[in-house]
Amino acid sequence: MPGLIENLPTNSGDNKLENTISFYKTPSPARFTGIGAWLLTTDHKRIGLMYMAAIIFWFVVAIILGILIRTELMSVGTTLMEAETYNALFTLHGVIMIFFFVIPAIPAIFGNFLLPMQIGTDDVFFPKLNLLSWYLYMLGGVLAIFSLFADGPPDTGWTFYVPFSVSTHTNVGLTVTAAFILGMSSMLTGLNFITTLHRMRMKGMGWMQIPLFSWSLYATAWVQLLATPVLSITLLLIIFERLFGSGMFDPNKGGDPVLYQHLFWMYSHPAVYIMILPGMGVISEIIPVFSRKSIFGYKAIVLSSMAIAVAGSLVWAHHMFTSGMSDVAVFVFSFLTFVVAIPSAIKVFSWVSTMYRGSILMTPPLFLSLCFIYLFSIGGLTGLVLGAAGTNIQVHDTHFVVAHFHFVMFGGTGFAFFAALHFWWPKFFGRLYHFKTAYVAATLTTMGFMLHYIPMFVLGMQGMPRRYYDYLSQFETGNFFAGIGAYIMAAGIFLMFINLALSFKNGEKISQDPWGGSTLEWQSPCPPPLHNFVAPPTAPGYPYDFKAVIQKANEPKGTGGGPS
Amino acid sequence: MNQSMDTTGSRTGMWLFLYTEIMLFGGLFVIYAAYYRMHTMDFIASGKELDMVMGAANTVILLISSFCVAASITAVQQERKKLACTLLSITLALGFLFLINKYFEWGHKFDLGIYPDSPAMEDSPHGRILFFSLYYTITGLHGIHIVIGMILLSVTMLFIFMDKIRADHFVFLENAGLYWHLVDLIWIFIFPLFYLIL
Amino acid sequence: MIKESESHMQSYGKLFSILLILLALTGFTVFISRVDLGSANIWVAILVASIKASFVLLYFMHLKYESFLIKSSFLATIGFLAILIGFMFWDIAFR
Repeated sequence: MPGLIENLPTNSGDNKLENTISFYKTPSPARFTGIGAWLLTTDHKRIGLMYMAAIIFWFVVAIILGILIRTELMSVGTTLMEAETYNALFTLHGVIMIFFFVIPAIPAIFGNFLLPMQIGTDDVFFPKLNLLSWYLYMLGGVLAIFSLFADGPPDTGWTFYVPFSVSTHTNVGLTVTAAFILGMSSMLTGLNFITTLHRMRMKGMGWMQIPLFSWSLYATAWVQLLATPVLSITLLLIIFERLFGSGMFDPNKGGDPVLYQHLFWMYSHPAVYIMILPGMGVISEIIPVFSRKSIFGYKAIVLSSMAIAVAGSLVWAHHMFTSGMSDVAVFVFSFLTFVVAIPSAIKVFSWVSTMYRGSILMTPPLFLSLCFIYLFSIGGLTGLVLGAAGTNIQVHDTHFVVAHFHFVMFGGTGFAFFAALHFWWPKFFGRLYHFKTAYVAATLTTMGFMLHYIPMFVLGMQGMPRRYYDYLSQFETGNFFAGIGAYIMAAGIFLMFINLALSFKNGEKISQDPWGGSTLEWQSPCPPPLHNFVAPPTAPGYPYDFKAVIQKANEPKGTGGGPS
Repeated sequence: MNQSMDTTGSRTGMWLFLYTEIMLFGGLFVIYAAYYRMHTMDFIASGKELDMVMGAANTVILLISSFCVAASITAVQQERKKLACTLLSITLALGFLFLINKYFEWGHKFDLGIYPDSPAMEDSPHGRILFFSLYYTITGLHGIHIVIGMILLSVTMLFIFMDKIRADHFVFLENAGLYWHLVDLIWIFIFPLFYLIL
Repeated sequence: MIKESESHMQSYGKLFSILLILLALTGFTVFISRVDLGSANIWVAILVASIKASFVLLYFMHLKYESFLIKSSFLATIGFLAILIGFMFWDIAFR
């Protein structure tokens, strides 16, 4: 579609970037061809794309499960399925969304593809380990599929709370093993990223010249590395408990189920930041590019990323205010929860301030980023409602909680994922998608999102519990509207994916940066060659310096004004 | 930018991996701390049921094996291939000895009817059930790590034979050694917390 | 940069003396555990274990010669574990 990106500073005269052989045509290691070139590759870009295929598959599965759940809830009584099926469905929806989509989505796809490029190097530090992580992810997926058969899918909710997860006869063991293996995959990715960032930065790139997306991955990687093993051991204990009856969490044998919750949330609360931090990194990349202005408070964003990683590890017990914890613990963890809100707010302020007096260029990635800021802020602020012990008691385990974490996880990470897809799609595939369709899809998704989750806030305030198969008739209106919202949202997401897929057929081909980015990944062709850069990239003194980009855009077109 | 030559980087990766192992066992120590606090008296009473001599013997075994691994690195640096292999063989032998000890220890406890979910344990105080559940989980998991460590060290020995590990390139030995030391490190904490509490 | 911190060779004598210290500490911790110190026993046991662990870390595992990154991140890991155990006691100790 010519004309859509007229205002963008594309350069069509630079032969150096146009005539490179992309990594799609250069298998690595070179001895593999065909499908083997993908399945046995150690190229971080191919591994990133393999993650993308797998993760989008699971995302679509989980969306369909979610739609079935909401359809069931649209009216009182049995609509589609029996209660047991419903329990299995919401468990699977949660497990798949959390462990198969939200946790790996941004680090595994975009992190793998872009982290080495952003620091000007050719691969991650342990390329084979990287491939192993992908295989572990796939193995986890296979096990999760197996768990659907035999004794039936688990019905515990994604939290696997004891004692129910130990006593239920469904296939909890296999699902827990799957989550254990996915945890290993996530840990190894984190390990790889930390080592890469420490050992493989290009010469001349100091810590304060690393792009913010890479910084956010660094903070995430530490949480992945240190918190995930706690989940691993907790899940192992469930397996031991089921196999040997070790009684570690069984009250009849002196075990303490609340202790299980402690251990579970010691991982799973930091995991919330594994989910959101990379998303924040994505937004920190997109906003300055389309504001043509340096990010406001680079150091503040870096510090707040690390602060979130640290403070996020101190607040786990705010998930347990009604579990019979001591009052002292309720008080302390409630207070700390308010502390952790500060660094997130710093980021939001920085993004908004970046746009202030910038010369804003509206594109689908920016549009999605703005949706992110709005939805994430609502999610964050309602989080404070839940973090306050007093109100928490009222709305604990109601639909208010469901709405809150979907605003953060989906409105936050999900939308950041969509924004990243739209932002780096040209980088990955050398194709531009249809902009108007992208706007329509993004608008539909956001509108559907609001209609879907806002009623849940109200329902939660009125006292409708989460995870219930049936409810009182007074909640029917809200649930009905939420269901309609779910359909609109799903339609929006599918339109978005179709639009992106169609770019392969009739999208405009590009060979270099369509946006005017300032970070290193844009110095290489789209899609990049095997070793990422044609010429050794020049390390910028500061990653968000747009002087060159603005200068380039002001040059008259067609005079061959390539980068000199 | 050839990362296979960057041994500091490889070692960094290994250390990061060790952190995950520390946190894995750390989760169990979290549970230990909680249950020790809740059932202090039962824990002390149950600790006396474990054989302190066996525990101390295993501690000594692991310490000596750790020394051997550390010394083997020096030997490789001095290009004394035979000495390095001898030291690693001693380590492997000590590893076996540790496992044999463990086997007899566990076997003896099983004979007494002390194992998770055993009928003999049904009427025990809660603290005793938890103590032995933890004991089996931690020492079992630790035993698995000993086996993995032994496999790693065997591979290392093979590499020394094949001259893949040399005085100028021995990061694999260093990393395998780090793993073995970590296993020792965890035992250093298991020993007093289970065998020696009073 | 690549060859840094590789050349630290530790003499057998030094390693052996570390082993002797470790064995002595093992003997000490067994001995002290038979002396009734009340609730201090467990703390002494953990303290001695920590000293032993430090020796293994510093000399056997060459932590002494490692980079600032590894030293600091190791401490951070232990700190994180300490926080998990410590903060849990806000609950356990006040129930």
